[in-house]
Amino acid sequence: MGLLDFFKKIEPDKKGSPILHTAYDAFFTFLFTPNAVSKGGTHIKDGMDLKRLMVTVVISMQLCYLFGTYNIGHQHFVASGQFLGFLEGFHLKLAHGLIKLLPVFVVTHLVGLGIEFYYASKKGHAVEEGFLVSGALIPLIMPPDIPLWILALSIVFAVIIGKEAFGGTGMNIWNIALLSRVFIFFAYPLTISGDQCWVSGYEKISSGASATYGWWHTSFFNGIFEKLGLTLFDPATKVADGFSGATPLALAYEGGWEKVTSVFSEGQMLWGAIPGSIGETSKVFIVIGALILILTKVASWRIMAGMIVGLIGTTWMLNAIGTTPFMQVTWTQHLMMGSFLFAMAFMATDPVTASTTNTGKWIYGILIGFIGLLIRVMNPAYPEGWMLAILFLNTFAPTIDYFVLESNIQKRLKRA
Amino acid sequence: MNKLFTTLSLAFFASRISAQSASFSANQLLLYGVVGVCAVLIIWAMMSLASNLLKIEASKYGIDPNSSSVGILPGLRDIFKAKKPSYANEGSFFHLTRGYDIRLDGEAALSVAEVKASRFAICPADFHGMSPIPKLEVQQGDEVKAGDALFFDKKRPEIQYVAPVSGEIVEIVRGEKRAISEVIILADKEIQHKKFDIPNLDQVDRSSLASFLASSGLWSLLKERPFDRVPSLTEVPVNIFISTFDTAPLAPDLSFVVQGQEAAFQKGLDVLAKLTSGQVHLGLDARGEKSPAGAFTNAQGVQKHWFKGPHPAGNVGVQIHHIAPISPKVKVWTVGVQEVITIGNMFLTGKFHANRVVALTGAELKNPQYVHTFQGASVQDLLRDHVTSENVRFVSGDVLSGKEVDQKGFLSFHGDQVTVLKEGNDYELFGWLLPLSPRPSVSGTIPSYGSDHKFEANTNTHGEKRAFVVSGLYETVLPMDIYPMHLMKAITSQNLDKMEGLGLAELTEEDVALCEFVCPSKNPMQAMLRQGLEYLHEQS
Repeated sequence: MGLLDFFKKIEPDKKGSPILHTAYDAFFTFLFTPNAVSKGGTHIKDGMDLKRLMVTVVISMQLCYLFGTYNIGHQHFVASGQFLGFLEGFHLKLAHGLIKLLPVFVVTHLVGLGIEFYYASKKGHAVEEGFLVSGALIPLIMPPDIPLWILALSIVFAVIIGKEAFGGTGMNIWNIALLSRVFIFFAYPLTISGDQCWVSGYEKISSGASATYGWWHTSFFNGIFEKLGLTLFDPATKVADGFSGATPLALAYEGGWEKVTSVFSEGQMLWGAIPGSIGETSKVFIVIGALILILTKVASWRIMAGMIVGLIGTTWMLNAIGTTPFMQVTWTQHLMMGSFLFAMAFMATDPVTASTTNTGKWIYGILIGFIGLLIRVMNPAYPEGWMLAILFLNTFAPTIDYFVLESNIQKRLKRA
Repeated sequence: MNKLFTTLSLAFFASRISAQSASFSANQLLLYGVVGVCAVLIIWAMMSLASNLLKIEASKYGIDPNSSSVGILPGLRDIFKAKKPSYANEGSFFHLTRGYDIRLDGEAALSVAEVKASRFAICPADFHGMSPIPKLEVQQGDEVKAGDALFFDKKRPEIQYVAPVSGEIVEIVRGEKRAISEVIILADKEIQHKKFDIPNLDQVDRSSLASFLASSGLWSLLKERPFDRVPSLTEVPVNIFISTFDTAPLAPDLSFVVQGQEAAFQKGLDVLAKLTSGQVHLGLDARGEKSPAGAFTNAQGVQKHWFKGPHPAGNVGVQIHHIAPISPKVKVWTVGVQEVITIGNMFLTGKFHANRVVALTGAELKNPQYVHTFQGASVQDLLRDHVTSENVRFVSGDVLSGKEVDQKGFLSFHGDQVTVLKEGNDYELFGWLLPLSPRPSVSGTIPSYGSDHKFEANTNTHGEKRAFVVSGLYETVLPMDIYPMHLMKAITSQNLDKMEGLGLAELTEEDVALCEFVCPSKNPMQAMLRQGLEYLHEQS
C-alpha cells in the first residue's frame, strides 16, 4: 500500500515534537484503522468503535446542515421581502448561508480540536473522538450571526471547564455543545435570545435597517455570479416593513397558536423555513436523523420516547389549566415549534451525560420533557427550555442512576 | 409491576370502547375520567391484595411465591413468553432474549478422528488462586502413570493434581520468578493407569468421599463459585450446576461429545449428588429442533432446566442466575460435561481416564473436526498438517474467553476446543467508515449479512481503547439482572460494597466475554472482572 508507506515515512518523532506527533497520530488513525490485535481478553472484537459511533452521529445531522445553510440565506431574503418563494434566488441564499456558516464551523473546529490536541499531547494519550460530535453540533445550535470571538470563548469554556477538567471524553458531566451555548446565553444573552438574532446579515432587525454585505458578498460571490449571468447581492437590501424577526415560540408566548399561524404556516414550521438557530428548524430532517440514530442503535430510543411522553403529559396538564394562550397549545403544535426535536435527537441522547441505566433513561427523558416544557410555557424571559432542562438533568443523571443501581443492590441483598 | 401494567392496559382498552359509544362534554368527560381512574385503582388494589394473600398462602405450603403460577393476573412475560419445545417434557424452561450468537466459519464436522498426540502438560496457572510455585511430587525424568500425582498447592496439600496420561516427565517449564508454568509429559504408546480403590458409593460418607476425590485428582476438575476456583474440601456446596451445552462461537457440541459415555456421565452425576446439600442442576439446550443427547435428557437424580436463547445462554453462570442465584456467602460448584465423565469412569473402572473429545475449529483449518485425545494435549500435535496459512493465532478454547497459546503450547486444563484464527495485524483505510470486509457486530452501523452468514473474523481490535462511553449496550448481551458497565466502574474504583452489591460474585470471565466483545471503547472487561474477583476474595 503506497499511501500507507508514505504516511509511515513522514511520522514525526514522538519525543522531539509531541504536539506534532499527537496531530499526526490523530490524522493517521483517522485515515487508517490501526493494526493493533487483541491481547489477553476476547480474541475477536466487534467492528464498532467510538470513531464509527461518533461519525454515525455526525452523518445523521448532515441533512440539518444542508438545510440549515440554505435556510440562513432564505431567512435573510425573506426579511427583505425578496425571493419569498423557497427556491427563488437559490444561488444567493446558498452563498449567503455558506458565508455565515463556514466561519462558524471553522472557528468551532479550530478552537475545539486545538484544545483537544493540546491536552492529548500534554497527557500523552491519543486524541479522543468526543469533539467530532460536539464540533458538529455546536454550529447547528448557534444563531447565524453569532460573533466569532464569542463563539470561540464559549468553546474554550465548554471544552476546558466542561470536559478536560473532568478528565476528557467519557468523563464529562454536562453536554459540551450545550455548555458552550449556555455560556453565551448567560454571558452574552443578546446575541442568542430575543427577536434580533435569528435573521442574519442586517445591522439590526427593524424596518429599513440595511444589509451588512462584506467582501465575500459583493466581490467574491458577486464576481462569480456576474460571470455566470445570475442575479447579484444588492447592497441596498433593507429589512422590509413590518418584519419582526420573531420565532414561532415568541409569537406563541404572545398569542398562542393563532398568532403563530398568522405568520408561519404549519408546512413552513414542519420543513423548517422559519428563523431560528442554524440547524434546529427543520423538523423533517431532524426526524430523519433521529431515525438513523435509533435504527443503528447509536442513540437511546428510551430517552427520546421518555422526552415525548414527558412533553405530552405536561402539555395535557397545562391544557387542563389553560389560563394563558400558550398553555392551550396542544402537544402536536408544541412539537412543530422550537428545538424540542433537535434537543431530543442529538442533545439529550449524549450517552456520556445522560442516565446510563435503562430505567434511568426513561426517568431522565420524561423529566427533561416535563421541565423543558414548563420553562418554555411558563418562563416569560426565555421561551425555550430544552437547553436548560437537559443541563439540569445532566446534573441529576448520576443521582437517577444511583437510585436505579441501589434498587438492584437491594434486590440482591434481600435474596442473600 | 408487571401485573399493574396488565391491569392498566385492560382498563385502557375498556375505556376506549366506552368512549366510542357516547359523546360527552368536556366537564362530563373529566368527571367520568376521574371516576374511571378511581374504579381502576380500587379494582387493582383489591386484586393485588388478593394476589398477595394467595402468595402468603402459597409460601405456607412451600411453593415459591414468585413463580408465575401463583397470583391472580398473568404477568406480561407469561402472556408473551416463548413456548417450551415439545421434547422438553420435564423440568423448568427459561427463554433468554438477550445475547448474541457470533457465527464464525470453521465449525467442526461431526466426526471424531484419532490423533496420536505425544506431549501433554498440566499448567498450574490454569487454576485461579493457586500459588505460583506449587509443590512438585515428580522430577524431570520420572515415569508416571495416568492418575499419579504431579503437584499440589502448598495452601491445600490434600488436593492432588494428577497426570492425565502415563509416560515420562520430560520437562518442567519455569517462568518468571521460577513460577512453574508447565509440567510436560511425553506419553507412552499404551496408556498405563494407576489403580485406585473405589469407595462404595452407597455406604461412604461425604468427608471420606471428598478425600478420595482429592487424592485421586478428581477434585481438581471441580470449580467453586464465586471466584471460579478449585473448591475447598470442607465447604459443602449448596447446589451443583452443569451446563450440557456450549453456546460460545464454534464451541463443541456436547451432545455429540457425550456419545458412548452415557453410563459414565450418569455415574458422575450420582457421585456429585453425594457431595452437595442441595441438588445437581442440569442446564439443557432448548434451542434446536432436535432434542439434546439422551445422556442429558434421561439423566436421573438431577433437576433439569431448559434454556433457549443466544450466547451466553449456555454459560453455567447465566443458568445459575436464573435457577438459584448465588451471593458471596453461598458456595456452589460448576462442573463440565467431560469432567463429569472422568469422575464417572473412575467409579466404573477404578482408573483416572482423562480422555477428552476436542473440537478443532476455525476458518484457518483445512478440515475442522473432533479428535480423541487427553487432557492438556499439545496443540501442535493435534493440529499436525491442519493449518493452511501463516500469521494465525492458536487459542485453547473459544475466541471469546479462550487462552492464546503458541504453537508449542498445550490445551488448558478444562479445554475442549482449539480455535485457529487469522491475526488481524494490518491497517485498513477508513476502517471506521467503510467496513471493507464482513465482520461480526451487534451494531446497526455494520451490515449483518443475514443470520446465516458465517464470518471469518480476525484478531484486529477494530479501534483503540477509550473510556466507557456507550451505555445500555452491555446489558443487551448479558441475560442477567446485572449492570456490567457500572460493575466495572465499581471495580476500577475499588468500591467493595458496590461491586458486591452489583453482582460481581455471580460472574466469571466467560459471562462478561460478550460484553468485552461488543465494547466500542475496547475495554478489557474480563481482566477487569478477574481483578475485582481477586480483590473481593482478598477482602472476604
